[in-house]
Amino acid sequence: MADKVLMKGNEAMAEAAIMAGCRHYLGYPITPQTEIAAYMSKRMPKVGGTFLQAESEISAINMVIGVASAGKRAMTSSSSPGISLKGEGLSYLAGCDLPAFVVNVQRGGPGLGGIQPSQADYFQATRGTSHGDYHMIVLAPNSVQEMVNLTFQGFDMADKYRMTVMLLADGTMGQMMEPVSLDMGEVKTYDKPWAVTGTNCEREHNIVNSLFLKPELLEQKNFERFERYACIEENEAMYEEYLMDDAEVCIVAYGISARIAKNAIDAARAKGIKVGMFRPITLWPFPKKEIRAIADKVNSFISVELSMGQLIEDVKLYTECTKPVYLCNRTGGMIMTPEEVLAKIGEAVGGNK
Amino acid sequence: MAVVFEKPKALTDATLHYCPGCTHGIIHRLVAEVLDELGVQGKTVGIASVGCSVMSYDYFDVDMVQAAHGRAPAVATGVKRANPENIVFTYQGDGDLAAIGTAETVHSAARGENITIIFVNNAIYGMTGGQMAPTTLPGQVTQTSPYGRDTNHVGFPLKVCELLSNVDGAAYLERVAVNNVKNVKAAKKAIKKAFTYQTEGKGFSLIEVLSTCPTNWGLTPPDALKWLEENMIPYYPLGVYKDKYAEEAEK
Repeated sequence: MADKVLMKGNEAMAEAAIMAGCRHYLGYPITPQTEIAAYMSKRMPKVGGTFLQAESEISAINMVIGVASAGKRAMTSSSSPGISLKGEGLSYLAGCDLPAFVVNVQRGGPGLGGIQPSQADYFQATRGTSHGDYHMIVLAPNSVQEMVNLTFQGFDMADKYRMTVMLLADGTMGQMMEPVSLDMGEVKTYDKPWAVTGTNCEREHNIVNSLFLKPELLEQKNFERFERYACIEENEAMYEEYLMDDAEVCIVAYGISARIAKNAIDAARAKGIKVGMFRPITLWPFPKKEIRAIADKVNSFISVELSMGQLIEDVKLYTECTKPVYLCNRTGGMIMTPEEVLAKIGEAVGGNK
Repeated sequence: MAVVFEKPKALTDATLHYCPGCTHGIIHRLVAEVLDELGVQGKTVGIASVGCSVMSYDYFDVDMVQAAHGRAPAVATGVKRANPENIVFTYQGDGDLAAIGTAETVHSAARGENITIIFVNNAIYGMTGGQMAPTTLPGQVTQTSPYGRDTNHVGFPLKVCELLSNVDGAAYLERVAVNNVKNVKAAKKAIKKAFTYQTEGKGFSLIEVLSTCPTNWGLTPPDALKWLEENMIPYYPLGVYKDKYAEEAEK
């Protein structure tokens, strides 16, 4: 087994991107993810790669579009307000069927908000960050190791499906230090016959484009894209269950909230309360079949999230409102304590048991 | 039989959608001729912008990317940084380059990106039907300046070559026009020099081409050429605004 090293989430994730063959990082500083840019500015020149600090988030994502169009692996990273700015480019990436890897280390909002951890960009990430019919694959790590693994895997998924993969972390994930293994294995490469690398006067010219003025054609393009999305929903949903075998209450949480909830579950179990957790690792595609099956076994759900009730909408949607769903949340950069979660568990099982 | 005139290889056979009398066609041809003459068609990547020239991706027979409004220089930066051996150019109008894409334009120049920008300035938004552009002349009537551009209210046009001439990263800036044979020839020379600089790794070049829009100016094609000469050239003087390498050669 490979040696583990102690690394900060943001930096470990950046190193994983390099291991995944990414040689182009285009970004713009914003707290709390600036370590990614700082790390890349040091590392990229040493591995023959390019680090560029763009004049804006908008420019950075469009540089990603350029690199991706040329057939190379590219990434950018930002935090909530910066992701809003990248929205335009994310829509174009989808419309052009380009692979890209984008990190959002979420902070509180709306507006300039704050710089403390948050999960308030759930809607933004899972509902399409910008205009038009499209999805991104959204990965939600809850440890530094998972940040590393999902980054490596994310670059592969982006190339495989020719779409944007977003790593949706939060300030806590980015800043925490944990031992990680960087033993990632082989990078799988994909043929990109559509890339703009010059025709060499030997083939038809390639056009990377999202403009289709004929509605029949644009509709067809969207249909094709959604066929691909259906395949992703079928094959790529990831989740983790914790103590779900006999659970009567199911907590649904991702990222840092899932770690807090785990402590609360252990405390509740010590009191004899049968509670477990369903942790979606892919927020899109949401593991909908699995949560629907759970709904037939438990009495209620609790959505534990650092937002005003965003994840809870998917919990209700995919359980088809068959069971009550409670909300345990903080927002604006505040983080719930395990005690707060424990109290909500008590409420869900009916009184202070 | 000797061929005396033919279509450049770097243009496809697609029929251009431009309005009668519009000079985009001339500028497309000049760029394509230059790519042919430099023998770089097969390694060129063009970036189409948003505006009348949005579908230039169908007209240039080179690999093309269609960029979001104003973002062509950023996309070009990505393409060039990914594969520096490619010749990369953007083809942008005045709204795209000098309004919504001002930051991308200025900063690609500041970084000295080794790319070529073809900037078509016709002092109006053509595609959307003739609204005021950042380069619309003082007093010029457009759909959104129906009483003429009032500089007290909306300020003054941007002179892009003059503006960029103060940016250290820019290597070569020239303003040309395509309103008569002499100017068309000068325009081609400038475009060729810009692409040649790129092949030599000399950095950022931008050629501003004064162009006509008979449809939205409400003029016949001949009158539009005359209007360009009488109104645009005095406000946007032709000439070289910066040539880092000519300056260095002089020293």
